[in-house]
Amino acid sequence: METWPLLSLLVWLPIVGGIAVLATGESRPQQARVIGLAVAIATFLLSLPLYTGFDASSAAMQFVERHAWIPAIGSWYHLGADGISVALIVLTTFCTVLVLLGAWQAIEDRVHQYVASFLVLEGLMVGVFCAMDALLFYVFFEAMLIPMFIIIGIWGGPRRVYATIKFFIYTFFGSIFMLVGLIYLYLKGGSWALSDLAALPLTATEQMWLFFAFLLAFAVKVPMWPVHTWLPDAHVEAPTGGSVILAAIMLKIGGYGFLRFNLPVTPDASHEFAWLVIALSLVAVIYVGFVALVQEDMKKLIAYSSISHMGFVTLGAFISLSLVREQGNMDAAQLGLQGAMVQMISHGFVSGAMFSCVGVLYERMHSRMIADYGGVANTMPWFAALFVLFAMANSGLPGTSGFVGEFMVILASFQANPWLAIGAGVTLVVGAAYTLWLVKRVLFGAVANDHVAQLKDIDAREAVVLGAFALAVLALGIWPAPLVELMDASIAQLAQQLLASKA
Amino acid sequence: MLSKNILLAIALAPLVGAAIAGLFGRQVGRAGAHWATILGVAVSCVLSVYVLKQLAFDGVPAFNQNIYTFFEIGGYSAHVGFLVDRLTATMMVVVTFVSLLVHIYTIGYMADDPGYQRFFSYISLFTFSMLMLVMSNNFLQLFFGWEAVGLVSYLLIGFWYKRPTAIFANLKAFLVNRVGDFGFLLGIAGVLYWLGTLDYATAFANADQLQGKTIELFPGVPWDAATFVCICLFIGAMGKSAQVPLHVWLPDSMEGPTPISALIHAATMVTAGIFMVSRMSPLFELSATALAFVLFIGATTALFMGFLGIIQNDIKRVVAYSTLSQLGYMTVALGVSAYSVAVFHLMTHAFFKALLFLGAGSVIIAMHHEQDMRRMGGLRKYMPITFATAWIGTLALVGTPFFSGFYSKDAIIEAVKEAAHHGGWVQQYAMWAVLLGVFVTAFYSFRLLYLAFHGKERFVVESHHDGDHHGDAHDDHDDAHGHHEPGHLAHPPHETPWVVTLPLVLLAIPSVVLGWFAIQPMLFGDWFAGAIVVDPARDVIARLGAEFHGPTAFALHGFQTPAFWLAFAGFAAATVLYLLRPDLPSRFAAALRPLVTMLEKKYWFDEAYQAVFARGSLLLGRGLWKGGDVAVIDDGLVNGSAAVVARLAGVLRWLQSGYLYHYAFAMILGLIALLGAFLWSR
Repeated sequence: METWPLLSLLVWLPIVGGIAVLATGESRPQQARVIGLAVAIATFLLSLPLYTGFDASSAAMQFVERHAWIPAIGSWYHLGADGISVALIVLTTFCTVLVLLGAWQAIEDRVHQYVASFLVLEGLMVGVFCAMDALLFYVFFEAMLIPMFIIIGIWGGPRRVYATIKFFIYTFFGSIFMLVGLIYLYLKGGSWALSDLAALPLTATEQMWLFFAFLLAFAVKVPMWPVHTWLPDAHVEAPTGGSVILAAIMLKIGGYGFLRFNLPVTPDASHEFAWLVIALSLVAVIYVGFVALVQEDMKKLIAYSSISHMGFVTLGAFISLSLVREQGNMDAAQLGLQGAMVQMISHGFVSGAMFSCVGVLYERMHSRMIADYGGVANTMPWFAALFVLFAMANSGLPGTSGFVGEFMVILASFQANPWLAIGAGVTLVVGAAYTLWLVKRVLFGAVANDHVAQLKDIDAREAVVLGAFALAVLALGIWPAPLVELMDASIAQLAQQLLASKA
Repeated sequence: MLSKNILLAIALAPLVGAAIAGLFGRQVGRAGAHWATILGVAVSCVLSVYVLKQLAFDGVPAFNQNIYTFFEIGGYSAHVGFLVDRLTATMMVVVTFVSLLVHIYTIGYMADDPGYQRFFSYISLFTFSMLMLVMSNNFLQLFFGWEAVGLVSYLLIGFWYKRPTAIFANLKAFLVNRVGDFGFLLGIAGVLYWLGTLDYATAFANADQLQGKTIELFPGVPWDAATFVCICLFIGAMGKSAQVPLHVWLPDSMEGPTPISALIHAATMVTAGIFMVSRMSPLFELSATALAFVLFIGATTALFMGFLGIIQNDIKRVVAYSTLSQLGYMTVALGVSAYSVAVFHLMTHAFFKALLFLGAGSVIIAMHHEQDMRRMGGLRKYMPITFATAWIGTLALVGTPFFSGFYSKDAIIEAVKEAAHHGGWVQQYAMWAVLLGVFVTAFYSFRLLYLAFHGKERFVVESHHDGDHHGDAHDDHDDAHGHHEPGHLAHPPHETPWVVTLPLVLLAIPSVVLGWFAIQPMLFGDWFAGAIVVDPARDVIARLGAEFHGPTAFALHGFQTPAFWLAFAGFAAATVLYLLRPDLPSRFAAALRPLVTMLEKKYWFDEAYQAVFARGSLLLGRGLWKGGDVAVIDDGLVNGSAAVVARLAGVLRWLQSGYLYHYAFAMILGLIALLGAFLWSR
């Protein structure tokens, strides 16, 4: 596999495929769907060799490609993947297939553009996860906004303009500071390579400024409280596919950014300001959990639930600093970092599945309001069974993927400070409360109205989409070892990097 | 050496049955579903008995082996694996035996239910989960089983998902259990932190490392690590085993079909907490404080939940409060380090309480799903088998000498007495609670018997009915018998079919004889050697053993104990009030109005929780959302800054056009300014 430019293929195949789909024109929607799905499946299959061909014993970047890109400013087209990247890339290619399949009927308007947007978006997201050059990363990072902007802006709900602008401004606002930070780093060190940035000595003051520049960019993406309010609006207005990709993958880019930039490039500042990120993580878990409880719109509820769950990612990532530096507790630090990563992958499956479920209902009822539902289990028993499974995963039930990451992060945070575990543990009750109350009001009870009475259970296509998510949720919940092993060496190396002061 | 394959088969056979019935219910049909699941559980049951025989009689050593690795991170690892010693094997036999009988019983009880296959799938899934819990050799899998049984309990309480009360009860059960699990998880986190492992054997071997360690949640207030871990773990047990104040979900769980009330909410799942603490005895023995806490909670539950059974009119709820009270007894045994007695009572209770629940279910079938005892009476002539087995179950429950419940309950009382000799106020309190509890138990138990089976018939049989409905209709069939007034039946009650009565008979046998056979080896032999550890200074059972001269002498001695006479007094009082002078209870109730109100309101736990936690959470959520997210962040900061930008842009009128442009412009300006600043500072 070394001879194949595998990562380039994964970046460019969907982008080229997307352009090809665009060329089919508006008049042949079915053709656009078929080609789009074929490209997505091909990309997914091509991403599997990343996993099978990956040497998990090594923390080094693998499948590396490096070509001169903009020599004038020393920027390279430099791709590579470690365990963390591989996991997120496969998640991306997996979810894209399901999103295209899920939107088979829901989207009837400008199908070719819709399909093309998702394929281009897929390529750009893969690019984010494998770019080893900071400028290249930034280009992918920003370019990614465009297709999502289009997806929400064209196929979105009634308030889509407000939502898209809010989404765009927020993320753009954050990333501008990152760009400034990256330029500063280049001017100082003369290289855009991520590995050089991680090795570059920086004073405490420099690290502080850079830390906050990165923090802004990635906190918006995750999103962390208080820069999170774009997400519920974006989700509510986005079409189902947009919500799935947004929740399942785009939020992960924030977490990925923390692991790639904040922790290795500014370890001392990360240590100094870990308390801030940890505090905001707990706010996400607790405060946002309570906010989720009172939502009346299913998508908003799941959006708030996403923010709450992503709190575990930032918590797991940032407790590692005090564990490593104050206690020398490498085991617990790795447990926290692994927990953050496992939580990201799991949340990809679970939130993707939850939003797909809402999409299934929305296609039939054209409503996202919880009050319009009730007793869906009577008319859609298979759907109900799957929804309950995803709800349980969302509540962190052992045996589902939702448990594994939270379990690791809670165990690790207890070692950093028991209060953190107590705070994070609140999700056990609150997370179950908002999720299962949703289940109670939507699925259970007598048939609430005529619309519910006429619902048809999921068809074969929907069963494939939700079934694939269900298998992923269960597989990761029952046997997370393969994922953990995949990332083990990379995580161990990251923990080592945190140990050394750069100042 | 026990065979790993046999143990795997024991755990997985019910899972296979559950998958067949659940995923292919339509294809295999009703009979296919019940055969598949019954076969699965029967395999588990037979093999569990075989395993117990090997461990108990063939001198085979305990099995402790990992099956696969869950994850390995740094020095930490988590596995799925089995630890099967005699403690585990005892639980396995109890679980699979009761489960098997409940499966058979369900054929009759759920005969007309449209969710027949789903029900069988759930109860088999429960059996799998419970086996994973008891067979675990580590904390991770324990937690898996712990929450998985909670999931199935949730699904089964809400089995009739159209009923508003059922789906309220199952949500409540799950959330209250989650409060317990919150503590449980912290306990596990503590174990990993201080002992460095999730594996039982390693953790117990290193348990001494907890000593001298402290945790300061509040600066200047160091807590003993062992106490912290044990109390956290016990909070988990309080949720699962429904101890005050986390007991509120169990009475409501009676919304589920009766077979699962017997299996899950009486015989097995609710005893998981008791089993867990017994399994953790090497840890609990390190903290006298934690044990005192356990004892206090258990004693409170045993007595005060018993009181509530007195005034219930729903036949299932009487048995439910009785279960709460008996779980309290088991917890009391744990609290005085008499773990083996707790497990012993767990075992005998599993049989006689499952018997009582299934008997109540049989009555409910015969009464066409009437559960109110005020509309029963005189049933003994219609259903002799149910009647006889209900008496047996009751005699066992109240602790009649020679019945199995006597041996286990008397052992608890003796153990507490022994502990109270040398103990402080908690031990004294517990002794009085369990003694008084005996009177209460006898009183509500015989009240139930008299109201249901004796006295006058308080229902009317309407003779004009045309159809010949069988009594084994399911609860959900509201309209099938819905034409009748409460207390009116379409046709006379009659004995239930053999699939219902056979389990009653098979449960009645161990309810009578098991105690006599088991007390010697379990309490005073080496049955639990290696599994349960007791600090010799606290070992009340060893002291009792010095005075133990065989089960017959123990039973004969039982006639001279205060417990026996308290039970007799309860029996006598119930006989007077509910058999001889049925006019008296209402007069007493009128005289003791405030007291009765307190019991009817169940000490106002539900009201308080509803007001504080349920309504409080919603208020808090709404406040944070509308006040925090919407008012401050969105309207204030986000849209406010947008408005500021818009106004600034309005000043710069020559730049005109839409918002996006303005924002982008503002950003570019900012970017240039920042870049300039950086370049200038270089």
